[in-house]
Amino acid sequence: MRVSMDIELKDVPGQMLLALQPLSECKANLITVVHHHQKRTPRKTVPVKLVLETKPESIETIKAKLEENGIRVVRVGEHRFRESINVVLIGHVVHTGIQDTIDEIDRTGFAEVVDLSLSMPGINMLSSALIRIDAVGKEDLHRALAILKEVSAKKDLLMVLPIEIQA
Amino acid sequence: MKTVCCSIIGFGAIGQGVAEVLLKKKEYLESIGLEVKVVAVVDSKGATVNPEGVDLADCLSRKMTGGTVALESISGVEVIQSVAHELVIETTPTNIQTGGAGLQNMFAAFQTGKDVITSNKGPLTLKYRELMEAAKSAGSHFRFEATVGGSMPIINLTNEVLAGNKVKSIKGILNGTCNYILTRMLEERASYNDILAESMQLGIAETDPTYDVEGIDTACKLVILANAIFGLDATYNDVEVTGITKVTPEALEMAYERGHVIKLIGEVSRERIHVSPRLVPINHPLAVGGTLNVASVDTELAGEITVTGKGAGPIETASAILSDLIAIYEN
Repeated sequence: MRVSMDIELKDVPGQMLLALQPLSECKANLITVVHHHQKRTPRKTVPVKLVLETKPESIETIKAKLEENGIRVVRVGEHRFRESINVVLIGHVVHTGIQDTIDEIDRTGFAEVVDLSLSMPGINMLSSALIRIDAVGKEDLHRALAILKEVSAKKDLLMVLPIEIQA
Repeated sequence: MKTVCCSIIGFGAIGQGVAEVLLKKKEYLESIGLEVKVVAVVDSKGATVNPEGVDLADCLSRKMTGGTVALESISGVEVIQSVAHELVIETTPTNIQTGGAGLQNMFAAFQTGKDVITSNKGPLTLKYRELMEAAKSAGSHFRFEATVGGSMPIINLTNEVLAGNKVKSIKGILNGTCNYILTRMLEERASYNDILAESMQLGIAETDPTYDVEGIDTACKLVILANAIFGLDATYNDVEVTGITKVTPEALEMAYERGHVIKLIGEVSRERIHVSPRLVPINHPLAVGGTLNVASVDTELAGEITVTGKGAGPIETASAILSDLIAIYEN
């Protein structure tokens, strides 16, 4: 499962290593680290946000190991994706394997297809699909779109992207 | 009073629009110190030439009744080379494969030291740099606001009104036919082919609509913007182009239910030139309907500036030609 974790580091050298060691020991896959260098908590510690992929049973162990290392764990929760985008696909969306198209995104680990609307007006007519993709961060979203672009080109699908995204 | 002697080469819809606008604006032009004397009007069959000034109303009437203004068999290039005047208004049809007669007319004009104002995209898409060099070495003015967005000011807006601002990108709808088709497909929940047929009946789409619906026209306009505004040496081959022929009414409807319309958007920056259908939020400045054109210029100092207007039509296009004429000769 994907988990987000808010931790606090003391403002002394070597703290990040102490934070990452328990993740490595528990074989958790670190997805993102946001290190708020400029911010300080009222306790004069530095807030850090982690997103990691791990087994549900490892979460408590990770938390305990972090605290053993003197790192305060403020919050642990199932991760919510921060970026979301709608994309329209037009062509033989179903016959070219819609499940496979979705799997290409889902198996990245950093993005998922979370919504799908589909219209198939007739056997020999073009189908249209509107999918919503959630991703961990902006960069991940762009990586997911690059994969979708490649898949669409292979399947001769027209991919209609939002105007705010560089095509 | 300054007298500007000019020829109108190409007397189709746009050339006739120019004649109408010159007649209509005669007094205004005089009020700013300009007398515009048309010494030759040329169409595909020949020309009417009079060094003292041709009668434009008579030309319009003869074109309407007889289909031509030709009183003598003489080509545009011959008129440019043999009749004394200083400005060529070049409004022949666009040809993006060879540049057509327009390209020959423009080079002939510069070789004889004349200024050129044009609405013809083809020559600029193919030979922008050569044309600019020819104009520069002849000391000629060369203006072409009418080639992009019809009446909507974009080239002069960016290069003159927004002078000093570095332009980061330009995005917009630069083809009224595509905008009309996509707008009507959503309104009527009708297929691309049905609305294309309607557009042809209304004269909004050409009999061969390929140039518009495949995004080629938008791409040509982007090439002109890339060269004129970003200083590139781009040609049509530098543009990634996807048209609207695959867009379905179902896709338009699904997008609309989530607060978006689908528009054929052209984008140009120093890094890339791109045309494709895009999802545009309903309340976005670029979400204009019908046959309207719109462009958003993202600038370094002024932020985003958006202009919208009629992208086609003889009088609208002639309005851009008139503004270029005034810009060259006023004062």
